[in-house]
Amino acid sequence: MKKLVRGRIYVLGDDIDTDQIIPAQHLVLNPAIPEEKKKLGTFALSSVPAEKAGLPRGHVPFIDPRTGSSIYSIIVAGKNFGCGSSREHAPIALAAAGIEVVVADFYARIFFRNSVNGGWLVPYETPEPLVDRIETGQEGEVDLHENRLKILTTGKFFALRPLGDILPILEAGNVFAYAKRYAELTK
Amino acid sequence: MAMTMTEKILARHAGKTDVSPGENIWANVDVLMTHDVCGPGTIGVFKENFGSQAKVWDRNKVVVIPDHYIFTADKMAHRNVDVLREFVREQDIPHFYDVGTDKYKGVCHIALPEEGHTRPGEVLLGTDSHTCTAGAFGEFATGIGNTDAGFVLGTGKLWFKVPETMRFVFEGEVPPYLMAKDLILRIIGDIGVDGATYRAMEFAGDGVYSLGIEERMTLCNMVIEAGGKNGVIAPDQITLEYVKKRTMIPFEVLKNDPGARFHSTRTYRCFELEPGVARPHSPDNYAPARELGEVMLDRAYIGSCTGGKTTDFKAAARVLNGNKVKVDTFIVPATTQVAASLKTETLEGKALEAIFQESGCHVGPPSCAACLGGPADTLGRLNKSEVCISTTNRNFPGRMGSKTAQVYLASPYTVAASALRGRITDPREFLGGRA
Repeated sequence: MKKLVRGRIYVLGDDIDTDQIIPAQHLVLNPAIPEEKKKLGTFALSSVPAEKAGLPRGHVPFIDPRTGSSIYSIIVAGKNFGCGSSREHAPIALAAAGIEVVVADFYARIFFRNSVNGGWLVPYETPEPLVDRIETGQEGEVDLHENRLKILTTGKFFALRPLGDILPILEAGNVFAYAKRYAELTK
Repeated sequence: MAMTMTEKILARHAGKTDVSPGENIWANVDVLMTHDVCGPGTIGVFKENFGSQAKVWDRNKVVVIPDHYIFTADKMAHRNVDVLREFVREQDIPHFYDVGTDKYKGVCHIALPEEGHTRPGEVLLGTDSHTCTAGAFGEFATGIGNTDAGFVLGTGKLWFKVPETMRFVFEGEVPPYLMAKDLILRIIGDIGVDGATYRAMEFAGDGVYSLGIEERMTLCNMVIEAGGKNGVIAPDQITLEYVKKRTMIPFEVLKNDPGARFHSTRTYRCFELEPGVARPHSPDNYAPARELGEVMLDRAYIGSCTGGKTTDFKAAARVLNGNKVKVDTFIVPATTQVAASLKTETLEGKALEAIFQESGCHVGPPSCAACLGGPADTLGRLNKSEVCISTTNRNFPGRMGSKTAQVYLASPYTVAASALRGRITDPREFLGGRA
């Protein structure tokens, strides 16, 4: 796991569910096939209503319709991020679009598990809501050793909750690498 | 140490005498279910990590149920069912309910119990968030992603954090104008879409035990809409009769120990509850149906794992019988068995299917269909800014298709009553009862 993730921030509100992250008509794509996984990334966050896409102002598409790609590396969101279905296509689509870290008040359980066990992205939780204090498009830097988010545009620091039990899985890469390390697969 | 039902099941499956909430354990899995949407990715994860020649840990414990994108011209959707077919052949998996054969079932969460794959005391995992439905049989059942499912395919085990249990007690018999859907929508309205995050939700009280098994499945089905990890109901005679008719595999009934500790207990008196609706765009946006009479509708939908069981259609038929719907109304049975019951179950001498046809409903073939939108040609999909009332489980933006559509969630009684009026309607206007 690298120490620093630096890039543009995209801000979303509460209860961003998996249908908003990757609408169901795109689930015909098989994420185990590299070119289909890449395609999933081009549909990431495509069902977020326009006024809630890219806060505080909204109407900022996550995927640039001209290029079909995203310029963002970090998502900052409110509570219950990733609620809804168990589709692993959700963290996969975000990762395929270039997201490395999500910072949210807290997560829905299955999305959180999928992010960690699949090793798709780092799901940080925050001690206090950050959505109203950060703007879409700002440059940020997440320090995964110090557990903090620095807004490069303003110089402000925000503390993130330590990753705790999931850290060894993220450090190993995914649940398979973790289980091999702890010999769970050979038991 | 006194444990809850969920703690006991997880302890047994981890080979431990006791476990506590918050503890991480490795649990052995009894059944792994997958379907056409998440199966191909799961198979990919399995092969990548265990090798292209690897065999699943136990071919009798893997259940494959294509159900999501079945009646569509989408070539990728068909390709995904082919991936399942190839894997089932190569692994010699006996429990496969293939499309276009006599074995085809439809919606996995209803197919699982019908085919005897749900048993008290077991651990059932599925690559679908509504796998929690099976908690109605007194087992630990929860949804997982492709990576976790690929891991289970190879090892037969998975790590879990033991959840705390929230207890929901319903006192008194459920009145004849209410359904399990009204109960669970009220709970979600009270605790919110994150109110049970990381926790088990147990349903108890004589109100719950006055319900049939399908209604209990509806309660457990929607715990995920409150963020719950699993829903659970201790088995009674009704549960055991249902299960024993459908499986020869022995099982052990596990219940709460006296003195088991709960996160919280909430008690409801059934007669105080009302027909309820979740307004757009969240399952916790609760209001009594009687307050929403000004909401004009374009469509009504009765189907899915939540609201497409025989009990749900009997209820809808009670309201629709002899009346004409005012909006496009879709009837989508969850499984082929439910579809067959529409021809055999009768009300005042008329088959349910005849009642639906006479009242002007479209009856479709069994699958998940428009509950989750799906490919553009899916029956009942909301392709524009329609306003729909539905017996399904989610109404976040875009859930049933277009992100500009508006979805109201309600019981089959309320959906049927609303279809007849063309606006949201309290079913007591048709069924009687204090409004």
